[in-house]
Amino acid sequence: MGARSEVSRREFLQTATVAGAGLVIGFHLPVGGRRGIAYPSTFAPNAWLRINPDESVLVMVDRSEMGQGVTTSLPMLLAEELEADWSKIKIEFAPADKAYINPMFGMQGTGGSTSIRAAYTPLRKAGAAAREMLVTAAAQTWGVDKSECHAEKGAVVHASSKRRLTYGNLVGKASTVPLPQDVPLKEPKDWKILGTRVNRLDTPSKVNGEAGFGIDVKAPGLLVAVIARSPVFGGKVKSFDAAKAKAVPGVRQVVQISTGVAVVGDGYWPAKKGRDALDITWDEGSTASVSSASISQLFAKNAEQTGAVARHDGDAQGALLGAASKIEAVYELPFLAHATMEPMNCTAHVRADGVDIWAPTQFQTGAQGLGVSIGGVPPEKVKVHTTYLGGGFGRRFELDFIKEALETSKAAGAPVKVIWSREDDIRMAQYRPANYHRFQAVLDASGQPVAWTQRIVAPSIMARVFPDNVKNGLDGEAVEGGVGMPYAIPNVHVDYALTDTGIPVGFWRSVNNSFNGFAVETFIDELAAAAKKDPYEYRRDLLGKAPRHLGVLNLAANKAGWGTPLPAGRARGIAVFKSFDTYVAEVAEVSVDSDGVPHVHRVVCAVDCGPVVNPGIVEAQMQSAIVYGLTAALWGEITIDKGQVQQSNFHNYRMLRMAEMPVVEVHIVPSTDSQGGVGEPGTPPIAPAVCNAIFALNGKRIRKLPIGKIV
Amino acid sequence: MPPISFTVNGKRETVNVTPDTPLLWVLRDTLGLTGTKFGCGIAQCGACTVHLDGVATRTCVLPVAAVAGKKVTTIEGLSKNRSHAVQKAWIEEDVPQCGYCQSGQIMAAAALLAKTPHPTDADIDATMTNICRCGTYQRIRAAIHRAAGA
Repeated sequence: MGARSEVSRREFLQTATVAGAGLVIGFHLPVGGRRGIAYPSTFAPNAWLRINPDESVLVMVDRSEMGQGVTTSLPMLLAEELEADWSKIKIEFAPADKAYINPMFGMQGTGGSTSIRAAYTPLRKAGAAAREMLVTAAAQTWGVDKSECHAEKGAVVHASSKRRLTYGNLVGKASTVPLPQDVPLKEPKDWKILGTRVNRLDTPSKVNGEAGFGIDVKAPGLLVAVIARSPVFGGKVKSFDAAKAKAVPGVRQVVQISTGVAVVGDGYWPAKKGRDALDITWDEGSTASVSSASISQLFAKNAEQTGAVARHDGDAQGALLGAASKIEAVYELPFLAHATMEPMNCTAHVRADGVDIWAPTQFQTGAQGLGVSIGGVPPEKVKVHTTYLGGGFGRRFELDFIKEALETSKAAGAPVKVIWSREDDIRMAQYRPANYHRFQAVLDASGQPVAWTQRIVAPSIMARVFPDNVKNGLDGEAVEGGVGMPYAIPNVHVDYALTDTGIPVGFWRSVNNSFNGFAVETFIDELAAAAKKDPYEYRRDLLGKAPRHLGVLNLAANKAGWGTPLPAGRARGIAVFKSFDTYVAEVAEVSVDSDGVPHVHRVVCAVDCGPVVNPGIVEAQMQSAIVYGLTAALWGEITIDKGQVQQSNFHNYRMLRMAEMPVVEVHIVPSTDSQGGVGEPGTPPIAPAVCNAIFALNGKRIRKLPIGKIV
Repeated sequence: MPPISFTVNGKRETVNVTPDTPLLWVLRDTLGLTGTKFGCGIAQCGACTVHLDGVATRTCVLPVAAVAGKKVTTIEGLSKNRSHAVQKAWIEEDVPQCGYCQSGQIMAAAALLAKTPHPTDADIDATMTNICRCGTYQRIRAAIHRAAGA
């Protein structure tokens, strides 16, 4: 932490009023989507920026803040080129508007670790153009040539005459300057903000309870709804009796909506008591016969059939047929719930003249679309107010909770906040797909792999959410990481057996990479063991043509002290994986106690994500992604019986806590190479690194997750 | 429903709610103090932690009737202007990510430091049992040590 940012942070604390204000119904967004609707006293040259006469620089953050730091990293991009005074930056969440479409999605949404990659050039260009306009305005004011002026820390300076005009004094004139085209961007060597460990702008509001999450939305006359949904996926209400629910003090209305029956009350507690008192008969539908055992059997059966080809190099089948011996392995991983700390919720007010949606959402375009279809009003009448998200992890890319709030508000004729209990949240979600892998490989006499096949058997997320993306049985996302297997092997065959189970599947931090990373990085470890080679050196020798994989692998091994002695009873495991265009290697130090319980003591992580915007945030995201993946590896498992989820809350869907937290060391590769995301890529390598360490320790190969107890 | 009175952040409050209503929902829905969070409803995660007569207490399962006459401090009342040593340390270490659990984490840490001014790592492991799904534990630990040294 440098001295400069210490000062900035103190200054910021004196002036900060970070977001939160946008949570109260009746609040109107001050800025339109485009140039031309700016207020006269404000300089608003583009959709993201508004400079006010009081020197405040308002940045419209058009990605959802779910902990990954966009409320800080996106303003950093803009402020760098703007030559803004960082202490004057304020943020607001952008409304749903075409101006804020994520260019990597074609929709306004946050996910896929895209935020920085998508904004890296546009936001810097926006800042540079605004700076040029401010410089032009100052030069005109002074009657000097623009080339004699420069911008620094929120002001334009005419060095030879020592004159200085702050941005706040230039807003009127700058608004009249034509928008310049193609302003050159600064060289990284000249960066003052980018690449530094700036503290987060949202931190002050998150240490005193001020930050407004979706569940915190307040409004006059706001009612709270808790919804009874079919315990079996796909089930429908056959009949219900609301008498007992209506007898609960504080319950106002009971209304049927598409997902079930909503009990609407004065607050969460009466609504929840009312919901629990409802008498409902469900038509359970066909999923009622599904269980984890039947799903496993289906996976095993489909693993014996040919899949849709995802990668085909050389002739792996031929090599397998001709081989004297082959190495085979089967891996199976469970469904996983997201378990964001903030349970699902959404507030909606459907009126004849328009719709307001206050939501902790990752998907503003989708929310607005539902407002149109359910509210029966045009898009410009649907206002989407994005709140802080108490975790996202992909769960909040879904729209189920938004649809429920809209339907309930419409039926109740009032503003309504739908709140899910934790049990609802665990049991009624869209899960990381359960999955199954069948691997075969052939080694030559020296132990080098000559053939590698992977059959991936899993439900398809795309088949549910964007079915056009599944072509001839192949979901290109489901095989990510399997197709990207980076090791130099001449004959490779990867195929995919799309297997629907009736259980809804969705995006879970790192998505399909979460399981393909485990599968590939466990199987390569099995090959190293079969070849009697060191698992780090074996990988290293097969990554000669994958320099960025190799870079993080070597860095992690080096920083972890690979090959140096450890205390008795501990061992190291390693894994390296690319996802979301970022390369991550992790080395885990593990012991197993006498009860068979694994303990992860230390994780050394090396990451190459290309140019870094904020190393403090990259470090935090790697720690976070590792905890997320480690929690799942140790205990994470959603099981199904009679079409219903058997877990319900944190007592039986266990979360990692402080006492189980390993020391995580993050090392960032200095890189000017292509840029990757940081929210997710830290997750895939941790499960294989830990399981490979367990193998190194005691020879027990973990082929099924979660690890649980090692017996 | 007889009214129930207690003190919140130094202010006397009287509420008319069913006596089984958890204190969490009285704070959030009746008194509008939304800094205290709902996470699980079964006292597992600690997002709802407040100080009850100075003791860190999970409020999602605590009937408001049990609080009559007692003193409640929520995150909003921990300090003015984020001046509590724990809040300052949280800012210095840039602890929060999504931030949802942090009110509870801070209240738990403040109670720990009030009782144990210089906690060891083992003390922190034993006391800080709140769940953080973003995995900010390492920075929480550093912030507690920082606050202890302040």
